[in-house]
Amino acid sequence: MSTENLPGVPEEPIARRGMFGAADSGDTSGYGGLVVRRPPKLSSAKPYGGYFDEVADALERVAGDAYAGMVERVVVDRGELTIHVARERLVEVMRHLRDDLALRFELSLGVSGVHYPEETGAELRAVYHLCSITHNRRIRVEASCPAADPHIPSTVSVYPTHDWHERETYDFFGIVFDGHPALTRIEMPDDWEGHPQRKDYPLGGIPVQYRGATIPAPDQRRSYA
Amino acid sequence: MTAIHDGETARSEQDVTEGKVYSVNGQDWDEVVSAVAESSEERLVINMGPQHPSTHGVLRLVLTLDGETVTEARTVIGYLHTGIEKNMEFRTWTQGVTFVTRMDYLSPIFNEAAYCMAVEKLLGITDRVPLRAQTIRVMMMELNRISSHLVAIATFGLELGATTPMLFGFRERELVLDLFEYITGLRMNMAYVRPGGVSVDLPAGAVDKIGEFLKIMPGRIKEMRKLLDENPAYTRRTKDVAYLDLTGCMALGITGPMLRAAGLPWDLRKSQPYSGYETYDFDVPTENSCDVYGRYLVRVAEMEESLKIIGQCLDRLSGSELKGKPVMIEDKKIGWPSQLALGPDGLGNSPDHIAHIMSSSMEALIHHFKLVTEGYRVPAGQAYVPVESPRGELGAHVVSDGGTRPYRVHFRDPSFTNLQAVPATCEGGMIADVIAAVASIDPVMGGVDR
Repeated sequence: MSTENLPGVPEEPIARRGMFGAADSGDTSGYGGLVVRRPPKLSSAKPYGGYFDEVADALERVAGDAYAGMVERVVVDRGELTIHVARERLVEVMRHLRDDLALRFELSLGVSGVHYPEETGAELRAVYHLCSITHNRRIRVEASCPAADPHIPSTVSVYPTHDWHERETYDFFGIVFDGHPALTRIEMPDDWEGHPQRKDYPLGGIPVQYRGATIPAPDQRRSYA
Repeated sequence: MTAIHDGETARSEQDVTEGKVYSVNGQDWDEVVSAVAESSEERLVINMGPQHPSTHGVLRLVLTLDGETVTEARTVIGYLHTGIEKNMEFRTWTQGVTFVTRMDYLSPIFNEAAYCMAVEKLLGITDRVPLRAQTIRVMMMELNRISSHLVAIATFGLELGATTPMLFGFRERELVLDLFEYITGLRMNMAYVRPGGVSVDLPAGAVDKIGEFLKIMPGRIKEMRKLLDENPAYTRRTKDVAYLDLTGCMALGITGPMLRAAGLPWDLRKSQPYSGYETYDFDVPTENSCDVYGRYLVRVAEMEESLKIIGQCLDRLSGSELKGKPVMIEDKKIGWPSQLALGPDGLGNSPDHIAHIMSSSMEALIHHFKLVTEGYRVPAGQAYVPVESPRGELGAHVVSDGGTRPYRVHFRDPSFTNLQAVPATCEGGMIADVIAAVASIDPVMGGVDR
């Protein structure tokens, strides 16, 4: 492992809990005493290197004065460019990214969600991976929303392929994509309660529809303590 | 195909919100047809699947028909959702391989490769993966591409009413699966690619076996071509059917053979090479017909190109530069310390390693134990790694929080995205063409639902 990839010194270490009765560490084996550290909030300064500067400059040019309100921060990490966009301006940014001649991200690879329960006010993230076939480039766009107000505007009008992807992210994370043509569950049953990929949702512990049987949550199943 | 089903009775007259419900329970087709013929209703809603033989597993289509014309096609998925992405968050990074390999079960090596390359990117070890491991990965991926395309073409033929392509396709696929079994120990779900390399080196004789396969295969592909390329029954069912042009593909995020059949030579192996694909000599076949037949031609041509790549891999693997070289990263903090070997009780840790950790080195035992049970830590951050799977761009979005387990893994599975093309390719066409349209997408529900 190269040392520059290691996370910086975190403000306060957090421990993962809840598996196999290992309450004092995040280690499922029960032997490590691991402390899982919170990832640092990264933000990169210009120049970003490679084509990333061209992409950022082009976006700044088309957005004009609005750029500062659109782009919250830019992260360059492991050779990937991530643009964190304010959710109110997401559709506008996506349209610029798709249509501007210098950007031309024609192909979207869909939406992925991530839940960061510790990041108050930005717990839920929608992550978009875009690809430009014209320029042979890739970028990542992220928009966040608080868990208390899980709304992000739908980008189906810009990238029709986001139809199912947004449904999936809604299904698993509960992010409501405002303006989606038919935002319903796609993988889980229609009457399912909760959003399973959130971090506070347990693995197991869900009553199953088989003669009233229930599967206990892993932390209640067995314990090495 | 079943008309909307309401349970027990053969032909129920029960009240529904709109229209009348006909159930098909087998051997009552004439009754249903005559009942429908008597009805004055113009519109018929047909439920196809999830247990229909031509829906590639558990895909469900709800088709609204006007006569034989499909006016609305809706796709319902989720019947094979197994929560793989959630489960991975509770296992170590290495164990994640055994989960992803079960996603798209017809192309397990691609899932593994995409995931492992994403983990390697997070670890910052992409450049340190041994060249021999990279070459084996490429060879396995191309073998897998052939086996996957063979299933696509085999089921394709079967769904259009021809059993011979199915028999040929599965017979040929068996050759590839035998190779997989010989190399990895398993025919499917082999968890062979691991972060840092591959789990085990090629066994003795593998190169010869693959060499034999390379001799047999071109003739077999030619047989398939003879059977289908100019077959009038086949071409009439596939030409100009399920038209989707480049604009449609871009808007819907379609990649893979469907995109290349629309004329765009977009193949990540060429445009954004990984695992050393830039050093291999091969072509990207395209067609301009945008139809089912074009997608078939692209797949067959891709198999021929894959054979070329496998041949080049073999030359390199048996050459002096790579022969006997390691297949796992030298870093003992990442690569598992033991090699797999065949013992009297089956495949397991090599006897040398067992002797070492059990009788001479306590430290080695502890290290092995810690690495296997607890795993290694991956620096916090996120990575997205795409590979060109047989169905299109397969992307692994992997997030780490610095712990020993993935924080989040999302797979951008090409089947999932490509299935969105069903309404665009089927609506306005005949119901019989729906089968060909879905088959040409080649969806694998394990990958769609994950």
